[in-house]
Amino acid sequence: MAVWFSRSRTIGYCLRKKLGFFGLVGHESSCCFSPSFRHISSIRQIGGSYGNPNGFLNDSAIHFRSWRFESSTAETQLDPQYFQEEDDLNQGLDFPGGRVTFTSELRFISESGDKRVPCYRVLDDNGDPITHTSFAQVSKELAVKMYGDMVTLQMMDVVFYEAQRQGRISFYMSTTGEEAINIASAAALSSDDLVLPQYREPGVLLWRGFTLQDFADQCFGNKADCGKGRQMPVHYGSSKHNFFTVSSPIATQLPQAVGVAYSLKMDKKDACVVAYFGDGCSSEGDFHAGLNFAAVMEAPVVFICRNNGWAISTPIEEQFRSDGIVVKGRAYGIRSIRVDGNDALAVYNAIRTAREMAISEQIPVLVELLAYRVAHHSTSDDSSKYRPVDEIEYWKSSRNPVNRFRKWVERNGWWSDKEESELRSSVKKQLLKAIQVAEKTEKPPIAEIFTDVYDHPPPNLKEQEKVLREDIKRHPKDYPSDVSL
Amino acid sequence: MASSMSVSRRRFGRLLARISGSRRQFSSTTSSISIDDQQQQQAQPQPQPRSLNLYSAINQALHIALDSDPRAYVFGEDVGFGGVFRCTTGLADRFGKSRVFNTPLCEQGIVGFGIGLAAMGNRAIAEIQFADYIYPAFDQIVNEAAKFRYRSGNQFNCGGLTIRAPYGAVGHGGHYHSQSPEAFFCHVPGIKVVIPRSPRQAKGLLLSCIRDPNPVVFFEPKWLYRLSVEEVPEHDYMLPLSEAEVIREGNDITLVGWGAQLSIMEQACIDAEKDGISCELIDLRTLIPWDKETVEASVRKTGRLLISHEAPVTGGFGAEISASIVERCFLRLEAPVSRVCGLDTPFPLVFEPFYMPTKNKILDAIKATVNY
Repeated sequence: MAVWFSRSRTIGYCLRKKLGFFGLVGHESSCCFSPSFRHISSIRQIGGSYGNPNGFLNDSAIHFRSWRFESSTAETQLDPQYFQEEDDLNQGLDFPGGRVTFTSELRFISESGDKRVPCYRVLDDNGDPITHTSFAQVSKELAVKMYGDMVTLQMMDVVFYEAQRQGRISFYMSTTGEEAINIASAAALSSDDLVLPQYREPGVLLWRGFTLQDFADQCFGNKADCGKGRQMPVHYGSSKHNFFTVSSPIATQLPQAVGVAYSLKMDKKDACVVAYFGDGCSSEGDFHAGLNFAAVMEAPVVFICRNNGWAISTPIEEQFRSDGIVVKGRAYGIRSIRVDGNDALAVYNAIRTAREMAISEQIPVLVELLAYRVAHHSTSDDSSKYRPVDEIEYWKSSRNPVNRFRKWVERNGWWSDKEESELRSSVKKQLLKAIQVAEKTEKPPIAEIFTDVYDHPPPNLKEQEKVLREDIKRHPKDYPSDVSL
Repeated sequence: MASSMSVSRRRFGRLLARISGSRRQFSSTTSSISIDDQQQQQAQPQPQPRSLNLYSAINQALHIALDSDPRAYVFGEDVGFGGVFRCTTGLADRFGKSRVFNTPLCEQGIVGFGIGLAAMGNRAIAEIQFADYIYPAFDQIVNEAAKFRYRSGNQFNCGGLTIRAPYGAVGHGGHYHSQSPEAFFCHVPGIKVVIPRSPRQAKGLLLSCIRDPNPVVFFEPKWLYRLSVEEVPEHDYMLPLSEAEVIREGNDITLVGWGAQLSIMEQACIDAEKDGISCELIDLRTLIPWDKETVEASVRKTGRLLISHEAPVTGGFGAEISASIVERCFLRLEAPVSRVCGLDTPFPLVFEPFYMPTKNKILDAIKATVNY
């Protein structure tokens, strides 16, 4: 970081404003990646006993154990944030949600806390566990699979991105910078948990066994694509892997996640719903709808926000004025935590704990993962047009989530350079083969234009199919030849 | 929308329902029983039909839907206590608050939630309190519900979703308690749009919509909630979707409409008959995918077509019907297709009588078309 800082003071100054809590500048004063001991101790408490729902505000307590349709007491104890010693606790107003005390002081609640909400992490920048940090033990087998999948995801991005640049596929979106979020969150879930993705979470599918060939088939839109070639690349979906199909509109999956979770709740399933979204998504109306519905319905949803700092070219300072996403949870009555998204063990730990809470207490939980979108938004975007290349480089090298996790795995004696090169060469071969096969596989037949609009094609679609087929006969050169009739 | 304002407006809406005017009389005699229904009734003896108004028929359908499928849910704003139009009366008491419940005041949340619930194999019956407030949910309906099956290659679907919404003029509903937004949704492949004209139709069609494996938007003519009364069979019956019904046979001109407007059109037909004009009246019932064949067959017989709806004429669904029938029956047509619809203005409170496609506007158009 020091190296990066010394490169350009001007940019550094700029970014102090721009980057907000990324904490690049003035590391010592940032509570983001160097939490004070008090914060660490409270985090340990969360790790050890997640019964305390209140995160870093350790000395207040909220209990959201009331079931739907019974009384919904919001807070059984008073939060020191909202009352002072001189307030008369006997003078109060019984109001739906619980007793509200009176105060004679004309006092507004501050628009922000004294400190930014700290960020939970397990590994330091060198991949060493932080002293005093407790975390769930990750076995060698699990750790190696996590690392292997992170590398695979990274390599898939490189190869598919290149395929797009060569004009072989029309579009692509990379996950670079968010490999730990993808893989470690997936690793913390059960395969029965239903995932409603945004679009930058292919690693969850990879973890669940969607093959590189499956990814390639979707990106090429061939007849092996389970989406039948109807959507742009990276709009994956697989019912087999409990992964709902990606749709481009932002945040629409959030209220849907509540409906899915409500069904799990009614069926008393030992599973939850996991809904992914980005920082930009939190500005959408559906974000509000989703979180509010989840809280009111007491639906077991883990909302995972990938706060990567950028919504295409819009930095988070132009997206919201709150301390990120994590603080919004409380306004909805949703337990929440902020986590270092570049620390695979922290992500794993936090999501695993959030999942347990969501299922055992039948409540939603919000997890904000801090990371950086090292990739361009998509292949249609050039992010150097709106952000300094140095900034990208810093996150790519100094804060690389894959390298950090590798250091930890290596230090445990679970990984070697030999294994690394074997993995990389094997994955590369698989990827190249997958692309070749996908490219040669024919497109879905033309009849698939008209199926699945409804359960059965109505007469207007049958008529349109007939007309189209006649048109193709008359003007075969107007249409792609690789789509079979 | 500001929530306190809209809540008060919605309460106002509840008053509207109570004191709705009596200008719009619906004759129950013309609501003929469908052939399917007759056959069903002959096949097994059923309890005697009861006289019911439209909201009670809807209520009965919801009771049957919840009773016949333990995976059916009813939810929306204020449905817990019975709904502002009383359509959900008694449901929460009978089926419990986990299956019949209020939601927060948020239409996009209601539909989004419904999509997720339906995607898990449930029958999600969502209520939007007024069709005028369905627009915040437009994205969820158009981009999500309608494409859920298609975009996943049939791996996922939300076919169990039915969205109920009261629509249309009510005498004094102004801009935001009167709209007929059906045409917006008729432009969306992947959903069905259904509008009943009477209590018996409402019960049978709603049960079909709830059980149809595709997402359906079901608009209920709120003017008729209390005004329209007819005998409704007690038992569980369904009426077919995408099948129009000829509710009055005639030879000189075909009239096509749906929902509350049919009662106005029927009065025009009766008056036209006095002038010796024989009108055929068709209830389209399902707007998409619509029954072109029945309309085409009728126009081939009569050689003339008139379409009437409350929604503004420009871009209304009447335009689609007109274009389709001209394509199919051009040489058979003896006059231009006539449209008697709402004006291209926002729905104007005190000017409602001017805005509406009234009986005499229709009657004049019938005469002009027949005498063309």
